[in-house]
Amino acid sequence: MPDKPWVAFYWCASCGGCEEAVVDIGEKILEVVQAVNIGFWPVAMDFKREDVEKKPEGFFVASFINGGVRTSEQEDMVKLLRRKSKLIFAFGSCSHLGGIPGLANLYSRNEILNYVYKESPSTDNSQNIFPLTSFEDNGYALHLPEFYDRVYSLDQVIPVDYYIPGCAPPPDIVTGALEALIEGNLPEKGSVLSPNKALCSTCPLNETKPEKLLIRQLKRPHEVQADPDKCFLTQGLLCMGPATRTGCGERCIKAGMPCRGCFGPLDNVLDQGLSMLSALASILDFSPEELSKLEETLEACPDPAGTLYRFSLPASIVKEKRRK
Amino acid sequence: MYEPKIIAFFCNWCTYTAADLAGVSRMQYAPNVRIVRVMCSGRVDPELVIKAFDLGADGVLIGGCHPGDCHYQNGNHKTLRRYLLLKKLLPQVGIEPERLRLEWISASEGEKVRRVCNEFTEELKKMGPLKKEVKNA
Ligand code: SF4
Ligand code: SF4
Ligand code: FES
Repeated sequence: MPDKPWVAFYWCASCGGCEEAVVDIGEKILEVVQAVNIGFWPVAMDFKREDVEKKPEGFFVASFINGGVRTSEQEDMVKLLRRKSKLIFAFGSCSHLGGIPGLANLYSRNEILNYVYKESPSTDNSQNIFPLTSFEDNGYALHLPEFYDRVYSLDQVIPVDYYIPGCAPPPDIVTGALEALIEGNLPEKGSVLSPNKALCSTCPLNETKPEKLLIRQLKRPHEVQADPDKCFLTQGLLCMGPATRTGCGERCIKAGMPCRGCFGPLDNVLDQGLSMLSALASILDFSPEELSKLEETLEACPDPAGTLYRFSLPASIVKEKRRK
Repeated sequence: MYEPKIIAFFCNWCTYTAADLAGVSRMQYAPNVRIVRVMCSGRVDPELVIKAFDLGADGVLIGGCHPGDCHYQNGNHKTLRRYLLLKKLLPQVGIEPERLRLEWISASEGEKVRRVCNEFTEELKKMGPLKKEVKNA
């Protein structure tokens, strides 16, 4: 079918869940392959880098790239795909914001390599073997990609046209994006393909939230049996709903868990974590005279960076832990 | 010695007025502080604080009315809670929490503006510049 447009799928620093998310659209995938040819999808089909290299510039109508960028190989591949594609879709939280692998930005490259190759309890590396980018043995040269100092969101490495949010993106968001591409009615470039409203505004538990929400305690999800029918924030569980964009179908809420923020911030919010920090400060009902009580309460949030930036550290203003 | 850059967010009704008083009273204090006037310390979004560090500030000073005196009743209560949360976050992201300071300074306390600005400048001089981010992709 020569006149069908070509698309590509690729993964970088991600868990593989986003590849699943493509397959999760179920029988809709049949409609997709009727409308487009898949010209590159290493996880599912046999393709090599040369298959992309051979193509002319702008050959793919769209490339869907999941995962953040942590290695030289990932950088090289996404730059190649950028040249060969008319549109780039950042697919999933890691590509959109850096994602959970982006929390590695709280540690230095050396701390990570040392722990993984030396210090972790299950590692025995008495010969001090660490990965090298090139190695020669018996006349054979071996090469490994370089492991960068930090994780980057995709748009910190190449220009991105659209963002498909979520960890992983739910089927209707993926289908919606593919349909918009095929039918040619994509919104303005740079858009995140989910509604620009806070999760709270569509959450079924929102009506259980008092008009003026104030809390006197914070709890951690594993410490309590949460009431699944009552707004989690009202129960003192840190729910990222106020600072997270909607569109996921309130998946976690319906499963009895507070939102962890995977859809990222709303448009024009520079920093999802700080936006939640601000919201939390507003509802913690402690006066300046109760400072020590407040400090005690905040002990229930021992890892603010990991909680507030669970999916968005690399794309936040903070980006990483400063160390030099 | 290192000359730190300090961004100060002062509330219009108390601390900014106090800084004005310090000015008209010709009090001398460290020139390292750049003052940004805001209507209330409660307007100081955490984004402003982190953005200031991101753009090269070595310290951020927030000045507001004393508790009970905020012209918007409890704007400064929120400031205090945000400040405490930020203080917990900063060390995790490699910014010494001492680089963020909150002070209640009323309109008549020009002298306190002078003292706080001088003290903070001295502390930051000793600490030296803020650690940098790595940049390589
Ligand atoms: S805070 Fe969480 S549980 Fe409460 S309304 Fe918002 S999204 Fe729903
Ligand atoms: S509830 Fe929050 S964490 Fe869960 S899928 Fe939706 S946006 Fe993501
Ligand atoms: S008006 Fe000064 S702190 Fe609110």
